[in-house]
Amino acid sequence: MIKIDNITKSFGEKVVLNGVSGVFEKGKPNLLIGASGTGKSVLLKCIVGLVTPDKGEVFYDNRPFYASDRDVKTDIRREMGMLFQGGALFDSKTVEQNVMFPLDVLTKMPLDEKLDRVNFCLKRVSLENSNKKMPSEISGGMKKRVGIARAIVNNPNYLFCDEPNSGLDPQTSVLIDELIQDISEEFDITTIVVTHDMNSVMGIGEKILFIYKGQNLWVGTKNDITHSGVQELDDFIFANKVMRSLRQQE
Amino acid sequence: MITEIGKYFMFLGTMFVRRESFKTYYKLVLEECVSIGIGSLFLVALVSTFIGAVTTVQTAFNMVSDFIPDYVISQVVREMVVLELAPTIMAVIYAGKVGSSMASGLGTMRITEQIDALEVMGINSVSYLVLPKIVASLMMYPLLVVVAGVCGMFGGYLAGTLTGIISPNDYVLGLRSSYNEFTVIFALIKSVVFAFLVASISSYKGYNTQGGALEVGVSSTQAVTSSVIAVLVADYLLAQLLLSK
Repeated sequence: MIKIDNITKSFGEKVVLNGVSGVFEKGKPNLLIGASGTGKSVLLKCIVGLVTPDKGEVFYDNRPFYASDRDVKTDIRREMGMLFQGGALFDSKTVEQNVMFPLDVLTKMPLDEKLDRVNFCLKRVSLENSNKKMPSEISGGMKKRVGIARAIVNNPNYLFCDEPNSGLDPQTSVLIDELIQDISEEFDITTIVVTHDMNSVMGIGEKILFIYKGQNLWVGTKNDITHSGVQELDDFIFANKVMRSLRQQE
Repeated sequence: MITEIGKYFMFLGTMFVRRESFKTYYKLVLEECVSIGIGSLFLVALVSTFIGAVTTVQTAFNMVSDFIPDYVISQVVREMVVLELAPTIMAVIYAGKVGSSMASGLGTMRITEQIDALEVMGINSVSYLVLPKIVASLMMYPLLVVVAGVCGMFGGYLAGTLTGIISPNDYVLGLRSSYNEFTVIFALIKSVVFAFLVASISSYKGYNTQGGALEVGVSSTQAVTSSVIAVLVADYLLAQLLLSK
C-alpha cells in the first residue's frame, strides 16, 4: 500500500500540486486520472522521488520516503518498477539486456538464473522470441511490453505506469491495460497508473483518483464514476460524443 | 556563473555516493575506453601527422638566416608538438569529438527518460553513467597524446625529408639534441587535466539537458565551448605553475 499525504509542489509561481492526499491499494491498478496539465505526471514523479515535493510525505507500506535517509530511500526504490511513457528502454541494449539490466546491476544472481527470469518475464508479456532485437526494431506497443517486463523482473512491490497507452492503437491499449491488471493481481503489487484514456478508466479502474488543478477532487471506482456528481469530473468523462450519447441513453 | 560552477562541483560530488559494484564499473570503463580510445585514434593520428608536417614547413620558411643549422627545425617541431600541439590542440579536437558525443548521449538519455529509469531502479545515475566516462577519459587521453606526439614528429619528418627541407639525419639529430624529458612529463600532466575537464564538463552539460531534441544539440555545443575554454585556461595556469622560472 502507498499513502500520499498533503503533497504540494510549485514550479516558480505556478502551483502544480496543492495538498494532494490519497491511498493506493495493493493487488489492483490504482488510476490517477485528469486532463493534460493537471499535475498527474508531477504527482507520480513526486511519489517515486524523481521530483521532490515542497511539502508532504509518501508512505510505502508505512515507511516514510522523504523523511528517510539515502540508504532507506535506495532500498525502497529497489522495490519499485516503472513503465515510462516512451518506454525509456536503453537504446544500446537488446530487449534481453534491457530486461536483464536491473538483475545485472542490483543482484548477484548467476547468469542462467537471470536468463530464466528474463525469459519468464518476456513470456509473461508475450514477447518470447524478441530477446535479441534492439529497441529500434520493435513497435511502440512492444516497447511498452518490454518496459513492463523490465519493471517486473526484479519482483517489485510497487509498479508505476506513466500513460501506458499513449501513442498506441485501441486494441494494443486494451492488451497493455489487461496486462497491467493481471500482473498487479498475480504478483500482489501496488500499481499506480497515470492515464487520461477513458477506455482504461472503464476497463481497469478499480480505484480511481481524479486530479483537477493540482487537487484530488474525487476518489471512487469505474462503477460509480459516471454518477460522481462532480461537475469537473463529468466534464472530463463526457468530453467525447460516444460517452455523451451513452449518458443520454441511460 | 558562480552558481553554475557550484552545481558542477556538486554534480562531481554525487558520483562518489551510492556506487555500484566494481564489476559493473569495470565493464563500463572498458566499453568507454574502446569508444573513446579506439574511436578517436584515426582522427588523432591524422590531425597530428598533418600538424607536424605543417609545423616543419612553416618553421623552415621562417629560418631565414644561414647561420642557423637545419636540425633546429626538428628541434622546434619537437618542442611545439610535445609541449602544445599534442596535448592542447588534440584536447580541442577531443572536446569536439568525444565531448560532444558524451553530452549528446547523456542528453538523449535524459530527454527519453532513460536517466529517470535508472534513478527509479535505485541506481545513482551520475555515478553509473558519468564515472566510467571520466575514468576512461583519464586512461585513454594521455595515450592519445603520446600517439599524437609520435605522429606529429613523424609527419614533420615526412614533410621535411620528402620535400628536401631537411635531411633525415639532421631531422633525427634535431629531435635528439637538447632534449629535456620534463617536457614529456609536462605534456602528460596536461593531458590528464584536460581529459578530466573535457569528460566532466561534457557529462555535466549532457546530464542536465532539459527539453527536447533541440536542447540536446544546444547542450552538445555548450559542452564543446565550455570544455575548450576550460582547457585553454588550464593550459595557461599549468604553464605558469610548472614552467615559469
